[in-house]
Amino acid sequence: MATFESKHKYAHLQEDVIKYFLILAATISILTTFGILFSILFEAIEFFKLKSFVYFFSGTEWTPGVENSQFGALPIFAGTFMITAIAMAVALPIGLGSAIYMSEYSTPNARNVLKPLLEILAGIPTVVYGFFAAITVAPFIVKVATTVGIEASFNSALASGVVMGIMIIPYISSLSDDVISAVPDSLRKGSLALGMTKAETIMDIVIPSALPGIISATLLGISKALGETMIVVMAAGLRPNLSWNILEDMTTVTVRIVDALTGDQAFNSPATLSAFALGLALFVVTLILNVVSVRMIQKFKEKYKMSSL
Amino acid sequence: MDKNNIFYDPSLKRRHLKSKLFKYFTLFSLVVSLVFLAIFLLDMVLKGSSAVQQTYIQVEVSYNQESIDSYRDAVAKKYLNLLSRAALREIPNQIQKNPSLMGTKQVLWMLADDQVDMYMKEYYYKIDEKDMKTLEELVKNGMVDKKFNTIFFTHGDSKSPEYSGILSAFIGTILTLAVTMLVAFPIGVATAVYLEEFSKQNWWSEFLEININNLAAIPSILFGLLGLAIYINVLGLPRSSALVGGLTLALMTLPIIVVSSRAALRSVPASIRQAGYALGLTKVQVVKDHVIPLAFPGIMTGNIIGLAHAMGETAPLIIVGMIAFIPDSPTSVMEAATVMPAQLFTWAGMPERAYIERTAAGILVLLSLLISLNSLAVYLRKKFEVKW
Repeated sequence: MATFESKHKYAHLQEDVIKYFLILAATISILTTFGILFSILFEAIEFFKLKSFVYFFSGTEWTPGVENSQFGALPIFAGTFMITAIAMAVALPIGLGSAIYMSEYSTPNARNVLKPLLEILAGIPTVVYGFFAAITVAPFIVKVATTVGIEASFNSALASGVVMGIMIIPYISSLSDDVISAVPDSLRKGSLALGMTKAETIMDIVIPSALPGIISATLLGISKALGETMIVVMAAGLRPNLSWNILEDMTTVTVRIVDALTGDQAFNSPATLSAFALGLALFVVTLILNVVSVRMIQKFKEKYKMSSL
Repeated sequence: MDKNNIFYDPSLKRRHLKSKLFKYFTLFSLVVSLVFLAIFLLDMVLKGSSAVQQTYIQVEVSYNQESIDSYRDAVAKKYLNLLSRAALREIPNQIQKNPSLMGTKQVLWMLADDQVDMYMKEYYYKIDEKDMKTLEELVKNGMVDKKFNTIFFTHGDSKSPEYSGILSAFIGTILTLAVTMLVAFPIGVATAVYLEEFSKQNWWSEFLEININNLAAIPSILFGLLGLAIYINVLGLPRSSALVGGLTLALMTLPIIVVSSRAALRSVPASIRQAGYALGLTKVQVVKDHVIPLAFPGIMTGNIIGLAHAMGETAPLIIVGMIAFIPDSPTSVMEAATVMPAQLFTWAGMPERAYIERTAAGILVLLSLLISLNSLAVYLRKKFEVKW
């Protein structure tokens, strides 16, 4: 009997050890989030000790690495916004249209082929998109612009924006397709029975029902566009440029982060530390977008009592 | 329909037309995205296919003391500008490796300069008049030929485009991903097992879950900032090394592994667990001996997808310095290394035209690796899929 008891004790101890090991592993993901937050925050605080916080968000001069350097990030934020807007102008209609076709019109078999095919676009490394934007799309835009007599930069916001939009299509289409397919069929049938056409059913019944999910997908797409690095590093410009002309070169937050950290400035110089201030802005904005996006999709799930999305 | 019918709707024709147009619009957008994909792949194949071959020139090479002193004396002076400098520089090494060559003259196919290669492939080239005459004569005599480009697969990076290859970046990718998976696999699976099998529904597990969802959506470049600030500046790990790159990617891959492993664990039916408990097994025994083995194919699939994701990532690795010039393959995770996407980024930024075809060829290599990995994941899922 004694042996049985000691064995029992040993087994309990083992259970506890394994359990604590699992908890420890789970904690690492939390440590990572806080690691990112604090490593960026501390360096950003260092930066704001040296340079004005207010001017960073309102100034229009960005001149790192020179005597009496200025760090006004407004043109950088504007460029980021511009390229993101172009990307979403491409990705939203095409992504949503594809999702509607796949979930409402195509046969299940066709959908099983089309969906993974579209998702290839999300699996292509961004450095490859960057190369495509810089070598193929940008010269093409310049050529077209020259033939119609407008001047376009080889680092135009349009080129990187369009290619980024292509990259984001599957992020929008996949999630939208999931939520549109999850809208109960009774809604469609009810609408069709009342004499609405198929398009009216989709536009007035299905899409409004799936709206939280679609907004969630859109926010996720915006967050992807804001944080996208390689496409803009390779195809967009380095020059902070406050302009509405999408054929001009513009720069983004991520481009300036890469530029600041791959230069040979001392680590404690404001030029290098500015990368962390920009990183902090990016972190906060994308975090808010992600949290709102997750809340939206949760709302949708609760509404239709779904467990797997 | 008759106009006198009480159900007559004058706008019906327009509404049906609108409905049809709407359908065409959605079909159009789907076609547009697929056309984008096709154009993109075609563009890469067209740009990269010429890198399959590389130009060689048949010349007489003399192996003697003068060639050892200066590689410029190894071939006739008029050919000097047409041949690859990097390949000529290897001649003294060849003699050192094989002393029997000393004092001999051999007619060999020597690697041509990148401008000659561009000329042969009918791209834009820059060769001065005198060299052009020599070249044209060589071409007429059949002394210039294109051969399969083995250098691309057997060499590392080089400042001469014709002598640069993807090997050192490939080795760097393997080392980096080995570090990534060694760290991310156990932690990711353990986190998934904890959340799915052990944790109770409380604020802590909810917090963990929200946190993992957020982690998956944080821009990858911010992981690079973390790597730079913590691994390099605080822990003092070597910059540019596969270790730092791998650890950075591990944190990025973690949420992908956690989410897919949880889905795999969830798909194991509760009856399996209940049967285990009924036989007197402890919780750990049930999970370790029954749930995890049954969920393992799904867990592996998720890990492979995570691996493919990490393989294509560039931005965080640039931040931790993995864009160094690496001509020789790294042999340990502490050495400076580069990875394939970072190598492509470096090449894409080079001014020489010859690097463009190499970048495109490298992209094709990278894409085929990614497609193989993803196909493997699909195959595993199909093969081991259990319908409960």
